[in-house]
Amino acid sequence: MSLSITISTGSSTPIYKQITDQVRLAVATGKLSIDDQLPSVRALAEELVLNPNTVARAYGDLAREGLIEARAGRGVFIIRKRKVFTREEGRRRLEPLLDSLIGEAMAMDFTGDDLRQAFEKKLNQWKDKGGCRNNE
Amino acid sequence: MSDQPVIQTRGLTRYFGPKPAVYELNLAVPRGSVFAFLGRNGSGKSTTIRMLLGLLAPSRGGGTILGFDIRRLPPEARARIGYLTEEHQLYGWMNARDCGEFQSRFYPRWSEKIFQGVIDHFGLKPEARVKDLSRGERAGLSLALTLAPDPELLILDDPALGLDPVARRALVESMIYLTRRSDRTIFFSTHDLADIERVADYVAVLDHSVLRACCPVEAFRNEVRQVRLRFAGPPPKLPPLPGLLQATRTESGMRLVFVRYNEAIERSLNTLGPDQIEVSAVSLEDALISYLGERGEKSFILSEAEAPL
Repeated sequence: MSLSITISTGSSTPIYKQITDQVRLAVATGKLSIDDQLPSVRALAEELVLNPNTVARAYGDLAREGLIEARAGRGVFIIRKRKVFTREEGRRRLEPLLDSLIGEAMAMDFTGDDLRQAFEKKLNQWKDKGGCRNNE
Repeated sequence: MSDQPVIQTRGLTRYFGPKPAVYELNLAVPRGSVFAFLGRNGSGKSTTIRMLLGLLAPSRGGGTILGFDIRRLPPEARARIGYLTEEHQLYGWMNARDCGEFQSRFYPRWSEKIFQGVIDHFGLKPEARVKDLSRGERAGLSLALTLAPDPELLILDDPALGLDPVARRALVESMIYLTRRSDRTIFFSTHDLADIERVADYVAVLDHSVLRACCPVEAFRNEVRQVRLRFAGPPPKLPPLPGLLQATRTESGMRLVFVRYNEAIERSLNTLGPDQIEVSAVSLEDALISYLGERGEKSFILSEAEAPL
């Protein structure tokens, strides 16, 4: 499957990060799977009207995470995602995401029980997609 | 990128009467970069560019371009530089193709393919007469004439000025196309902040004749932080804080923009007794506007190579 990446200028998220976020999400949700090809740095830069170095930086980050791989003469491909963060680092990154989720939900007058239910339901949906494992 | 900067100035200064238009400018433009030169109207951008090209003598200081002294630029250096300015001279009675043929005779490395490509990209017909062209089309023709000699260094003095959004996008696309030749350097002055985010690797900020930043775009962005403070009552008076660019007060809060925010500043802010302190990144656009605005104190972000002023 192909992914259409979009970017916006004037955001507090740098453009290279907008690209990496979208690729990560597409892989996590199954929009992109192993061996799917991404556009070349040059092609994506010209499509999004960006300096190629910005795209190269995003691809570099994704490659370091073990999400993509450049194959000589053939292009850039999605590979199996390897675990890259330590458990502790992962927790540190999860924290602000949870804060923002709960904060916004509270602002919309959801109760803790509402949230727990919604969360459970969402987890099950992801499990069906093979996205999120349970502890053994 | 080779080590020797494509453009380098040392203490470059130019006075008009008693007033400096450019003051003690130390600029280094790496080879292969897309370098945005930003400043408000009258900050000295065009004066700088004219000195770099040997069109205006510095009052003091100097520099090199492609390794040549800017006070004595030989013709072979000029042939490697493409310069696009608003006052690009075009003869009204010529058509676009005539302009190309006329110009091509001065340049041994003239590429008809590039000329045609840019003309097409701006939707220009080769038979169209210069005097009948719209502003965007004229800009396209000027750009084609500047690019066709395949310059190693491209200097664009506010190329987006007065262009409509469609022509501006065509301009940005052309600049990105140009990065295909990886040793080519593009140095452009601009007002347009969104374009900087799209194309530039490096940014230099000129403010009232003084260079206040010169570094990679990402480094610039990382140096600027926004801090929101919330108080139980009206916000107290601020003590002097290093690196404060901008302060906005509301009924029970403050939004502060800092360059080089650090723990020492955070400790000072904590002594004000806020209920909450929230530090976040800002968009490049907000960072640049805070930097160019009048409020707050002046501070500097310069690349590692530069001594702090």
